[in-house]
Amino acid sequence: MSTPRSQFLSDAQVATDDVAQRGFLRQALGGYYVSRDVQKARYRDWEQARDAAAMAKWNAVNRLDRTLTTFATNFERNGGKIHWARDSAEAREIISKICRDAGAKAIIKSKCMTTEEIHLNDALEAEGYGVVESDLGEFIQQLRKEPPFHFVFPCMHLKREAISELFTKHLGTAATDSPEELTMIARRHLRQLYVDADVGISGANFLVAETGQISITENEGNARLTCALPRVHIALAGIEKVIERLDDLAVLLPMLATAGAGQPMTCYNTLYAGPRQPGEPDGPSEFHVVLLDNKRTALLADPEQRDALHCIRCGACLNVCPIFKNIGGFAYGTTYQGPIGSVLTPHLRGLQQWNHLSGASSLCGACTEACPVRIDLHHHLLHNRRNAVLAHVSLFDRLFHGAFGWVIGRPKLFAFGGKVFRATLPLLKKLPLPYLSTWLKSRELPEAPKKSFRDEWKGSQS
Amino acid sequence: MRVSLFIPCFVDQLTPRVGMASAQVLKRLGHEVEFRDAQTCCGQPSFNSGHWDVARAAALRALDVFKGAEVVVGPSASCVAMMKKFYPEILAGHPRLQEAQDLAARTFEFGEFLVRKLGITDVGATFAGKATYHDGCHGLRELGLKEEPRQLLRAVKGLTLLESEEAETCCGFGGMFSVKFPMISTAMAQVKCDALVRSGADIIVSSDPSCLLQIGGYLTREGKAIRTLHLSEVLANGS
Repeated sequence: MSTPRSQFLSDAQVATDDVAQRGFLRQALGGYYVSRDVQKARYRDWEQARDAAAMAKWNAVNRLDRTLTTFATNFERNGGKIHWARDSAEAREIISKICRDAGAKAIIKSKCMTTEEIHLNDALEAEGYGVVESDLGEFIQQLRKEPPFHFVFPCMHLKREAISELFTKHLGTAATDSPEELTMIARRHLRQLYVDADVGISGANFLVAETGQISITENEGNARLTCALPRVHIALAGIEKVIERLDDLAVLLPMLATAGAGQPMTCYNTLYAGPRQPGEPDGPSEFHVVLLDNKRTALLADPEQRDALHCIRCGACLNVCPIFKNIGGFAYGTTYQGPIGSVLTPHLRGLQQWNHLSGASSLCGACTEACPVRIDLHHHLLHNRRNAVLAHVSLFDRLFHGAFGWVIGRPKLFAFGGKVFRATLPLLKKLPLPYLSTWLKSRELPEAPKKSFRDEWKGSQS
Repeated sequence: MRVSLFIPCFVDQLTPRVGMASAQVLKRLGHEVEFRDAQTCCGQPSFNSGHWDVARAAALRALDVFKGAEVVVGPSASCVAMMKKFYPEILAGHPRLQEAQDLAARTFEFGEFLVRKLGITDVGATFAGKATYHDGCHGLRELGLKEEPRQLLRAVKGLTLLESEEAETCCGFGGMFSVKFPMISTAMAQVKCDALVRSGADIIVSSDPSCLLQIGGYLTREGKAIRTLHLSEVLANGS
């Protein structure tokens, strides 16, 4: 039976064998690096902006008990309704019930990774609702019956031709390689669906405690329609999305756009304050916010890794990660891919089952360097590895590291062992030894020198 | 200054010339160099694998080995980062934490020592060729070394320094990662080495012998005739 680990290893093998796809991914990200650096250069001091962004999130997360209740109180004062969900099942049930109570048939969604986390679409479809993703990338992935490849760029792995073929197959449109035309096809298809939908489901980039507003940032305008046209609006958000003050957006919104997509600002930045008020011409008559825990409070209780809750889901860490760039998003098998996914998933879905993601990193630190809110990502992978060993060690690992520790504690034995290793290396290379034969499958080892450094040094001193 | 050499275990066994070259450069600059042969491995393989108890024992041994050393210099940014950054972390709350912090402050990566501690960028070396520098991740991101090795290389007579695309991209070594996730590690080596080949350099220089093991191992297997040299080997040449 396949485990998450064995599945990961075989998917990573398939993905890394696909040289053309890996090249395509690198090429797709090439433009991002250029525009990101142009936008970063517009900041007077990017590093100071990172400090400010990290501090804004630190303040909110480290006072979560207060910031969350302040948000809830202010949001309900504006006429909305707050729902608290301990886990995925509760969140799904809350959302289904709102849909049932509203007598809904059709549901339109804007991009929301938290709904992927709780597998909301499957649950709603099982209850007979028609659910349509309105974000272009998510719409494409929904047609392909695939999860998002990257949590910010859901279909970045696809070439234009593939999207055109997909549209021809499902929507009966003529083939085109113009991105504008592909966008227009989706737009024409989706327009009426916003009008027909009874419920709009969105995420939230930030929950502003001070004002009780939710902040949604998007490039297509689809979230505005999702939030404004249906008579019921439901926003699902992890509890860590809360920030203290409206002013915090002044640093967080531009940094989200620059770090994540190389934009100065995302095209549409909207604050939603509540349902339609008397005298207002539009907006939903009901507005619900579902606040999801799903193990986030357990992470909050871990002072070492608590800063992982600072994440604003910009995706910068994926964009610079050499692991992500070589294995792609699907191999992770998680809602959140890349470095932040490798840090979070063991917390959200179990350390023993998902620790291999923490292991699948060269710890290069490009993610930590890119993170706009200064999450100590690659060091948390080390912390996950340590925590996994503290909880459970395989016999092989126990023997391997036990023996290693024993040998390096004894300089004479180490020197002797090294001598034997060097003398027998040509033979060892031919044996099916763990690790050594794995290395030799794709790489050479230099020939062992006659003398070790310590021997040479001794000789040179006499 | 009296410099105590910190030689990584695999340099000791596989590339002793890197250690000898480091000593040669330091001596030529007029420093006294010693090697304390009770040293073995810094414990990083176990640290990275989550076995912090084994790494902690190695750290405590290193505190004994390098007790009283004026400065400790190692020709490996990765192993030096282990000592400088991670020993204090794994000894948090330990009675010898202060000692670990003191050792960290006295420990330097080879190029870091020359430029930051001694203020030297020209060691009087000569080397004919076109070189490109590979930024090892530990040197670049844990120790913050970017310009230092390049300053040293630019001062080498006869050497042309070329910049490679992907200079800051990980080579894919990552210690045990290279053999636990060999397909990812090798894919990363391929991306790295393709860029190094495109740079037009005939020598690849790094401050990390472990990266050079990966890069050199992959290039040799692929039949590419580019030399890999540690920074100290370039600086030891000539004069």
